[in-house]
Amino acid sequence: METDKRSIEREALAKLVSQWLSQGKRVLAPKHSGDKVDFAWVTTLDEVSFGHVQTVQSPKAALFPRVDELFSFRSADGRVEISERDLGALPETVVFGLRPCDAAAFAVLKAIFNWDSPDSLFSARMARTTLVSVACSRDDEYCFCTSMGGGPGAVTGSDILLTDMGQGSFLAEIVSAKGREAAMAAGPLFGPATSAEKESRLARVDAVFAPDAVTAPMARLFDDTAFWEEQSRRCLGCGACAYVCPTCACFDIQDEGGVSGKRLRCWDSCGFGLFTLHTSGHNPRPLQSQRWRQRLMHKFAYMPERQGVLGCVGCGRCSRACPVDMNILEHLRAVAEARP
Amino acid sequence: MKALQEKARELLAAKTVQVVIGYGRGSGGTARAVFIREAAQAGLLVFDGSCLQNLAVYLMKPEVRKLGKAALVARPATLRTILQLAAENQITENSLLALVPSGEEIVLLATFAAIEAHVAAQDNDLSAAEKEELQKFAAMGLEERRQFWQEQFSRCLKCYACRAACPLCYCTRCTVECNQPQWIPVPAHDLGNLEWNVMRAMHLAGRCVNCGDCSRACPVGIPLYLLNQKLISDVFTNFNSRSGIFAKSDNALSTFKPNDSEDFIR
Repeated sequence: METDKRSIEREALAKLVSQWLSQGKRVLAPKHSGDKVDFAWVTTLDEVSFGHVQTVQSPKAALFPRVDELFSFRSADGRVEISERDLGALPETVVFGLRPCDAAAFAVLKAIFNWDSPDSLFSARMARTTLVSVACSRDDEYCFCTSMGGGPGAVTGSDILLTDMGQGSFLAEIVSAKGREAAMAAGPLFGPATSAEKESRLARVDAVFAPDAVTAPMARLFDDTAFWEEQSRRCLGCGACAYVCPTCACFDIQDEGGVSGKRLRCWDSCGFGLFTLHTSGHNPRPLQSQRWRQRLMHKFAYMPERQGVLGCVGCGRCSRACPVDMNILEHLRAVAEARP
Repeated sequence: MKALQEKARELLAAKTVQVVIGYGRGSGGTARAVFIREAAQAGLLVFDGSCLQNLAVYLMKPEVRKLGKAALVARPATLRTILQLAAENQITENSLLALVPSGEEIVLLATFAAIEAHVAAQDNDLSAAEKEELQKFAAMGLEERRQFWQEQFSRCLKCYACRAACPLCYCTRCTVECNQPQWIPVPAHDLGNLEWNVMRAMHLAGRCVNCGDCSRACPVGIPLYLLNQKLISDVFTNFNSRSGIFAKSDNALSTFKPNDSEDFIR
């Protein structure tokens, strides 16, 4: 992709963050918290972590919060009044310091939320969100973006991609109109790019397989009960993988209140037994092995088929967060290597 | 490690057990649960300081139960879990053996009585460091403590990893999943998170064996162990009772005694 290449110094970047804040934008960025790094609302560049490999959670909460009010209701005199959210009042947001894999993940969320009928709340948030990513100079054994079609310096999905060129200088690749707008506001803060050679600054993440190697055997593996039982035996059925995942978008609807209240959208996970439990008591997925199969099938078979996108960007968060070390890369390798 | 692998091989070859639930190498220098069903695979077993998970959690998982009789590689808290599960009528004596690595040796515990004797000889109290940390919290003012937990719970995602990792959170239908009536709000907002976390800790009061897996499982690092340890300490002080010591025992907070010293309960 052809991008507009500039450079920006760290001090100018700090000014840029202040400018966004003074324009009324919220800035979500990776921040140290105890021994972890996670996304938080920040007010200065100094709060932002740069040296980490990956945050615990993805930045999806900026567009898909773990609890989101869809509308409020009031019932009086036998009538129910619905008050819609004022979408125009949603705040402008800059997600800063996300990784290229995270930026790619927003395209996946967009595909899910606009699959059959467009989700107005999600789309309104997306329209007000600018993604300023920072390329990866480090990786770890859980990273596999290059096996999912991405890369540590990939620009796809970002509005601006920054690459740390050393000595407090960043290469800024301005990718989209939104990125241009966010940068333009800063005007003189950006200079001409001194060097666009960023490859040497990037982590080297070797591709383990091509996406097709995983998606192709999926349909055939569906009925292989022994395979899924073997693969999922230590899985405990929590929602940690889904909740830290940048592309998992399943939700549960809850009404709170009595005659007046709110309808809320809450994160949900196919790992839970309750996820598919019917009112009758029947559960089409009573076993964890079936739920684990669903997790992989959804990402690597159903989404490519329905939305034309892979449901995974290879960020490795699920593997890092899993209490029992369900390492998704290993499981995908097992899928790719499964013999009929 | 050799002795453990040898013992596993022997038990599987003799068909004394159908599966050895132990630790194998995991990602990033960690250990992970492995389910060894063939004597030839016993070489995958490891045991060292990275082996932290309480493997008794798998005794309650249907897919693991159906494998048959299990030999479980057990740490001190795992043994307490076995006894607590027995006391709560969740496992039977002939469904498992415990393999306890002890130096270079492996101690095989085949009965609940043998496990009780082994547990009686180990230190089951909170450690000095754990007690000290509790003291620090006790010294805090109510408001300071409230703020601390409010900040901690505000990060809770309600992924329920703490619940899934806990071998004593075995209910097939948890209170949070009951909606007629709805006891605990489902959303991961402040009230929902406070009620969930308090309920989780209270349901384990007098039952928790202090394995620490809830805290280790939490992706956002909430120190849940503090709540559990506080309750362990309170239950011991008030009822002179410790969980996971006997295969037959009554839980302090769910047992009615006609001669209870409190008036309100009679």
